Amino acid sequence: MDEKTPVLEIKDLSVSYQTPSGFVEAVRGVNLTLYPEEIIGLVGESGSGKSTMAFAVMRLLKGEATVTGGLIKVLGKDVYSLNKKELRLFRWDQMAMVFQSAMSALNPVMTVEKQIFDTILSHRPQMSRQEVRTRAEELMDMVRIDRKHLKSFPHELSGGMRQRIVIAIAIALHPKMVIMDEPTTALDVVVQRSILNQIKEIQKTEKFSILFISHDFSLVAEMATRVAIMYAGRIVEMTDSQTLKLGERHHPYTDGLLRAIPQLTSEDVVIEGISGNPPDLKLLPSGCAFHPRCALAMERCKTEMPIPHPQPIGYIECHLYSEEGSRG
Amino acid sequence: MKSLTSNKRKSGNLRLFFRNSKAVIGLVIFSVFVLIAIFAGWIAPYNPQVSQFLPMQPPSLQNLLGTTSTGQDIFSQFVWGTQTTMIVGVGAGLLSTFIGILVGVYAGYKGGWVDSVLNTIANIFLVLPGLALLILIESYVKNTTPYSNGLIIALTGWAWGARVFRAQAMSLAGRDFIIAAKLSGASDLRIIFVEILPNMMSIIAANVMYACLGAILAESGLAYLGLENLSSNSWGTMLYWAQAGGAMLGGAWWWFIPPGLAIALVGMSFALMNFSIDQITNPRLRVRKMKNKASGVRKVESHGRENASA
Amino acid sequence: MRYFFNRLGFLILSIWAAITLNFILPRLMPGNPAETIFAKFQGHMQPSQLHAMELQFGFSNKPFILQYFQYLGSLLTGHWGLSYTYYPTSVSQIIVTSLPWTIGLLGIATVISVVVGTLVGILIAWRRGGIADSTLPIATMFFQSMPLFWLGLVLVYFLAFTLNWFPMFHGYSSSVNVGWNWPFISSVIYHGILPAIVVFLGSISGWIIGMRNNMINTLGEDYVVFAEAKGVSNSRLIFMYAARNALLPQVTSLAIALSSIVGGQILVEQVFSYPGIGYQLTNAVSMEDYPLIQGMFLIIALSVLLVNFLVDMLYGRLDPRVRRRGTES
Repeated sequence: MDEKTPVLEIKDLSVSYQTPSGFVEAVRGVNLTLYPEEIIGLVGESGSGKSTMAFAVMRLLKGEATVTGGLIKVLGKDVYSLNKKELRLFRWDQMAMVFQSAMSALNPVMTVEKQIFDTILSHRPQMSRQEVRTRAEELMDMVRIDRKHLKSFPHELSGGMRQRIVIAIAIALHPKMVIMDEPTTALDVVVQRSILNQIKEIQKTEKFSILFISHDFSLVAEMATRVAIMYAGRIVEMTDSQTLKLGERHHPYTDGLLRAIPQLTSEDVVIEGISGNPPDLKLLPSGCAFHPRCALAMERCKTEMPIPHPQPIGYIECHLYSEEGSRG
Repeated sequence: MKSLTSNKRKSGNLRLFFRNSKAVIGLVIFSVFVLIAIFAGWIAPYNPQVSQFLPMQPPSLQNLLGTTSTGQDIFSQFVWGTQTTMIVGVGAGLLSTFIGILVGVYAGYKGGWVDSVLNTIANIFLVLPGLALLILIESYVKNTTPYSNGLIIALTGWAWGARVFRAQAMSLAGRDFIIAAKLSGASDLRIIFVEILPNMMSIIAANVMYACLGAILAESGLAYLGLENLSSNSWGTMLYWAQAGGAMLGGAWWWFIPPGLAIALVGMSFALMNFSIDQITNPRLRVRKMKNKASGVRKVESHGRENASA
Repeated sequence: MRYFFNRLGFLILSIWAAITLNFILPRLMPGNPAETIFAKFQGHMQPSQLHAMELQFGFSNKPFILQYFQYLGSLLTGHWGLSYTYYPTSVSQIIVTSLPWTIGLLGIATVISVVVGTLVGILIAWRRGGIADSTLPIATMFFQSMPLFWLGLVLVYFLAFTLNWFPMFHGYSSSVNVGWNWPFISSVIYHGILPAIVVFLGSISGWIIGMRNNMINTLGEDYVVFAEAKGVSNSRLIFMYAARNALLPQVTSLAIALSSIVGGQILVEQVFSYPGIGYQLTNAVSMEDYPLIQGMFLIIALSVLLVNFLVDMLYGRLDPRVRRRGTES
């Protein structure tokens, strides 16, 4: 990549949940950099810490979940150094997010128009109602929903339409970065496809970066330029979408995912390429967290945590790619 | 596997209940009154009905809670009144919950026209004004005992429970393990008692307490109005006689304070236990003692799964 | 529209149930109900009046079903009978004079309780785990667990009888002239404070706890987190996003509270000898004035059912989703 300032910089990020039986680390020292106009895909099984990471970036973690270490910079600004008011104004203006459960992200007792108005006026109180209305109509056009639905309540719209509205709200203020957390999971395949195409189009004209989170490999490969693979709270491989195919050098987990036949619509992906279940974060295996499921596990995998090994593109966090490891 | 996990959860809830200070305080207050009720015969020093002392005496060593305007020992009345009131309150609470379960669970499980009919009946009982209905009935039934009062209270007061149980049974009836039991040919009764009821114990417990509280309040109100056999011995009749005997104008606070305070304490014990059950079974309501930058509660990962399964 | 007819159907059905209960109950009791009821009137009434009343109440030797229709007919035409206690005043007349007292006192007390309790619930949920959150629900719960008539007795004893701060009984002082004049109005307010405090204390806990729990559930909803993320100000977030939705389940409680205004505090009215519906009912019971008892029960039931119906309609306005569902009860 070039020398431009990154839109998002995550350094050594750790997030823990407090449970009755102690702290559980859901994100364990993650590093990620997102450049302007870039789309990074973040893939992993459910429970791998993708959403937790997204909420940490947005500084939306609540209650039992806290950031326990690391640094998050958005457009060069440390998100966690902002005070409450600065955070309120910064968030959505520069970074926005489309929720995983976008279907329920709209207030059921407010019209679509009011919810868009609220978003814009919270950040641009000086704008006149006419200007805001024009922008709202523009946004509706952008996500291809009839303007008359500005007056609709969320329950009067289909799932796909609600999802588009949420996307419209996310880009309302021209943010530099949008996190999309499984933006199409709850929708059927056809709707999914058309929304993804629209996202790509809008991204081209509006020129923001996307952190695209999904458990669906094929979607990510299609959307993203670079792809991060997450397992048990760590990014175990960083690669690009061209390299993301069988036969290339990959983490054994990635290989397993590639061999698997992912189901497009289900949250629980049946992964035929990998035996066993995702690990319980409370009882994380020693060494490499993946070793109990790994067909290529060696003795040192049980005791020693692997470090990232640079590859032509990105890196792979696996002992197989260390100097002593011999795979190629 | 299902029963194993639900058992585990149940025992976990029970442990949480005993670790909850509000629940324990409620349980202790309640137990004290239960003990007084059980051992009334040993605790009460005198016959509560016999006028054998100076009238309207303030509390003394001889009469711990003073005497009535006719010279009866108020402490003995209070102790025996505890027995009556606890039997009536708890009995009516249990009975009305039982009726509520029968109607609500059956309606919610069966669905269809059975549900429509039972639900309409429950809704009618729910909207009919409870105390006014009780007063109307009791004005025809003369000289009721506390026990027949309890029966009438239970027979008119089951509807709220039925509504709650119905909602729960409806949501359970659609779950996989109930459908599996149906397909394997289990009878309705078996499914209701073996599969459904064990999964709504916390709701039942909460409803029992709510119903007992309601029954005690209703019974005391009826007795206070003089709609209960006046020679019976309950906290409510004590209040009736206190008012009729001029306790207020005679300044005899020791006559009308104890029975009302006792009702309030028993009621409070139910409310405390109920509040705790609510907190335990609805995890979102649990207050976590954590010092965080952020406030409120949100569990990101599990949330997505909740939505996916809904 | 379907929602409307559904609720209307239930309204009619439940009114029918209340009237039928009123009709059947005296006939279920042992002994001749007609005699029990009319023996009281012997000597007070002309035989012809007595006969007219028997007809109104459907007590005759005619078949049961005919008696029933006779009874329904006289109720629908507004003939609710004569009170024995206040003979020859009609039951409807007593209802008309008592109703304003009850609605005035309990209506105002209930509204204050709902508004204050709901606001407190919203705020303690937002400042969750704070001092107010850990004390107020429990403290107010204590008042809800006690018999309100007893709380009334205690307050009367200490604040009215011992300290003389408030009058002990009645709705207004007997030394003022009834009418729209200041001495009368101030006397009414003065007499209303103590019973209003009792009702307020007794009911606020439910509003606080109910609203608090709903708020906590709602604050975890995606649309609230989404709204927070998109930068909506705190006050807008609390009231327009969280509280607005958390209020919806409270409407059911509001229906119960509003509908029990007329008949909900019978005992409190009795304690204060407050000249409302509840006090008349308890008086009627002690005088065995059956026409009055029946009339009071009916007006209480009617008010409950009508208010419930109206609140259901209001709910349809508040929650745009409900109007479509229709069959939900």
